Amino acid sequence: MSGCGPCKGCSPASASKIKDADYTLALAGNANVGKSVIFNQLTGVDQIIGNWPGKTVERADGVLVHGGKRYRVIDLPGIYSFSTYSMEELVSRDFIALEHPDAVINVVDASALERNLFFTIQLLELAPPLVVAVNQLDLAEKKGITVDTGKLSALLGVPVVPTIGIRGKGIAELTAAVTGRVQDHPVPQVLRFGKEVEERIGLIVAALKNVTSPYPERWTAIKLLERDPAIQQIVSGQNPAAVETAARLAGEIEALHGEAVSVVISAERYQIADRIARDVLTIRAPGEHPEKESLTDQIDRIALHPVFGLVTVCAVIGFLLLWTFTIGAQISALLAGFFSQFEPYEPVISGPLMDILWNGAFSGFVAGVTLVIPYVLPFYILLAVIEDSGYLTRIAVVLDRGMHRMGLHGKAIIPLILGYGCNVPACYSCRIMETPKQKLLAAFLVTLVPCTARTVVILGLVAVFVNIWWALALYVLDILLIIVLGRLAFTVVPGESVGLVMEMPDYHVPSLSVVLKQTWARTRSLVWIVFPAYIIGSAVLQAVYAAGLLSPVNALLLPVTVLWLGLPAVIGITLVFGIVRKELTILTLAVIFGTTNFAAVLSPVQLIVFALVTMLYIPCISVILVLASEFGWKRALAISALEVVLAIAIGGIAFRVLSLGM
Amino acid sequence: MAQEQIEEYLEAIYDLETRDGSAKTTAIAKCLNVAPASVTEVLRSLSVKGLVAYEPYRGATLTEEGKKIADTIKRKHRLLEVFLTDILKLNRENVHDEACRMEHAISDETEHALCRMMHAPARCPHGSPISPCTLGVGSCAECDALEGAAGIPIPPSVRGRTILPITSLLPKQEGKIAFIRGEHRIVQRLSDLGLTLGTTVSIRRRSPGNGPVEVCVRRTTLAIDHAIAETIFVEPCGTGTA
Repeated sequence: MSGCGPCKGCSPASASKIKDADYTLALAGNANVGKSVIFNQLTGVDQIIGNWPGKTVERADGVLVHGGKRYRVIDLPGIYSFSTYSMEELVSRDFIALEHPDAVINVVDASALERNLFFTIQLLELAPPLVVAVNQLDLAEKKGITVDTGKLSALLGVPVVPTIGIRGKGIAELTAAVTGRVQDHPVPQVLRFGKEVEERIGLIVAALKNVTSPYPERWTAIKLLERDPAIQQIVSGQNPAAVETAARLAGEIEALHGEAVSVVISAERYQIADRIARDVLTIRAPGEHPEKESLTDQIDRIALHPVFGLVTVCAVIGFLLLWTFTIGAQISALLAGFFSQFEPYEPVISGPLMDILWNGAFSGFVAGVTLVIPYVLPFYILLAVIEDSGYLTRIAVVLDRGMHRMGLHGKAIIPLILGYGCNVPACYSCRIMETPKQKLLAAFLVTLVPCTARTVVILGLVAVFVNIWWALALYVLDILLIIVLGRLAFTVVPGESVGLVMEMPDYHVPSLSVVLKQTWARTRSLVWIVFPAYIIGSAVLQAVYAAGLLSPVNALLLPVTVLWLGLPAVIGITLVFGIVRKELTILTLAVIFGTTNFAAVLSPVQLIVFALVTMLYIPCISVILVLASEFGWKRALAISALEVVLAIAIGGIAFRVLSLGM
Repeated sequence: MAQEQIEEYLEAIYDLETRDGSAKTTAIAKCLNVAPASVTEVLRSLSVKGLVAYEPYRGATLTEEGKKIADTIKRKHRLLEVFLTDILKLNRENVHDEACRMEHAISDETEHALCRMMHAPARCPHGSPISPCTLGVGSCAECDALEGAAGIPIPPSVRGRTILPITSLLPKQEGKIAFIRGEHRIVQRLSDLGLTLGTTVSIRRRSPGNGPVEVCVRRTTLAIDHAIAETIFVEPCGTGTA
């Protein structure tokens, strides 16, 4: 699992620009505090942002130019703590402690100051040059909360800048504060715990005298007291006695409190955070309408209602798909008309090899532009609106119980919905799940979700030539399969599952710039991953086609295609092509039969069986690559093999059952 | 080997394990005032019974099973201490030895009756926490109802409190977190999100059929899995609205 790889979407050009920066800045903070918005304001680079906790699963890089200097800005994942509950926490703490950024900007949410300060306190323990940005002051103001940033700065001993990231307010001041901080590298003051913990930290610091650790000494002592396994390992190599001392002191605290020592220390940090928050916050008592419900409460009365909530979720997801394919079909037709002026995209099967390869590459590119982008773009736009409004978390809550049956929880609905657009980013987004088992289960189910390419096949074959109801039936069958297979995989795959613990942000009106930037970032990363596979794969297939491998392949697959699935023998090669791009099945079919009126060459049963097999039989090559990079080749191939077997089995059964009735 | 002896050993290992990470033979011998050779012998036999994991020269640690027994004994011991000081008004200095002898003799039924009568005290007179009971009841109120409370007068000096899982709070009723049970990783995650001991929380909404529970804490809202929420125990304050 690469938790800290380079940003997938970055072009090599921008990566090299980043390298020769003069200073490095890191943005750190809780999820959902507007951190990514501030990152955008500072750098102007399109980083994915949204009203979804734990979104930034990879850190993103950007460049800020100020006063003739170049600053590399790194947006760390949104986390709540450094207790290594997740990979993101480990990545963030190691980045700050080991790579020594020249300054760290801690973005905090003014409306939830205690919880945010809890993280600030942990940042201060790592002792980087710190600047705190108190963000979303406008939203806090609406709730009657004001923050005395001057006092906060005095209490924390670091510069504090008030900001409203979404409107660009305070960004200039933040830039000034941070760039000033870079020069003098000040060490922040130490916030002390209660006596019984502080005394023991002192004893451990004393025991650590001859130990060299890349981490600050006091921080190492605190982590040893918390029984942090990674730090225990570092220290035990040099001074096992210090680890033993720390464990004994930790035992004393645990005996005193009856709680794990790390939980006791968390409580201590919250006590400090509460004390600071009490000093700097002014909370206006609710005014004339004390009983008036907030807008979020009013919307949630319906959005989280036992019955209406579910209806709303179905309506929203239904509308998302309907909108995607109505708008998508129009854009697609428009673009296809445009490209057909240049080149007919049929496989060229004779002529010099370069011509064949070029033709294949070009047709791959055209297919991407006319068949993927038109559908994915409207999908991502509307999804970004749903996400940024805060409604996505409600979908997760409403569907949580249903997802439990598959060993997942509500959050897993995000990758699944994303999968309707394209499976590639959906598989990456499975990182939001907590345990390795849940990540794998979610990714497996994502590969079964019909993406836009597969929907194009279902619509193009079944909705057009049979009827829309059979197309919808395939969709419903797919959802049922996801539920059944999810249930089965849950019992088979080893490992643990944990329940949902998720922050619920308030609703807000989605910002146009956030929505557009996010749509662009997602589409762009899709283009970088999917298009190369499309273009190279298409060229190779074209060559294979030209080399006359058509008939042997068909003959080889004949027992499956003709005897078991009841399809014509030529379907064999289309299924091979479909591994590269699912909608290639339809295109090759048109070329082979020399017609796009598929009803003339295939019976309704054959059309349905063919669409069904195409929908299920294998994740496309881009998805297999992503699965391999996230979970290893063994699992990627196991999932692919399983789906091939499944598609063939279900296709054959469908052929026999449908033949009886139609 | 007598049950009492087994329990004494498990208790000693429990204490040493919390202090040192594992219980060394010499340390156990010193603690129980017996010869190291006989400790080794007893540890072997406890290991056969599946109560401790024992490696010669490295010391012993409790197995899940052994820890369960040790937990119960500790709980009985501390409940008895509260009983002896608060109800029988014995001197606090003397109750430890007295409780040490009594803890092996009382049944689980007596343990639960003591807990109910004294309203689930949180700590022993020396300040050590009393672990929650292992009964399958959702709250102390439920436990009282089951037993009909037996009409025992509650002395005013007893520090009484009612503990409920957070899922039993009424709408708009606030509660203070008393303890969180369960796997360490989850407890840590909840504490990191602000659910620390003594924090005031309330329920914003419950989903039907054991869906996630929305918990308000420190001016934020968290959606928490129902099974996890049931492990968060609170002391309710005020009455709230039904």
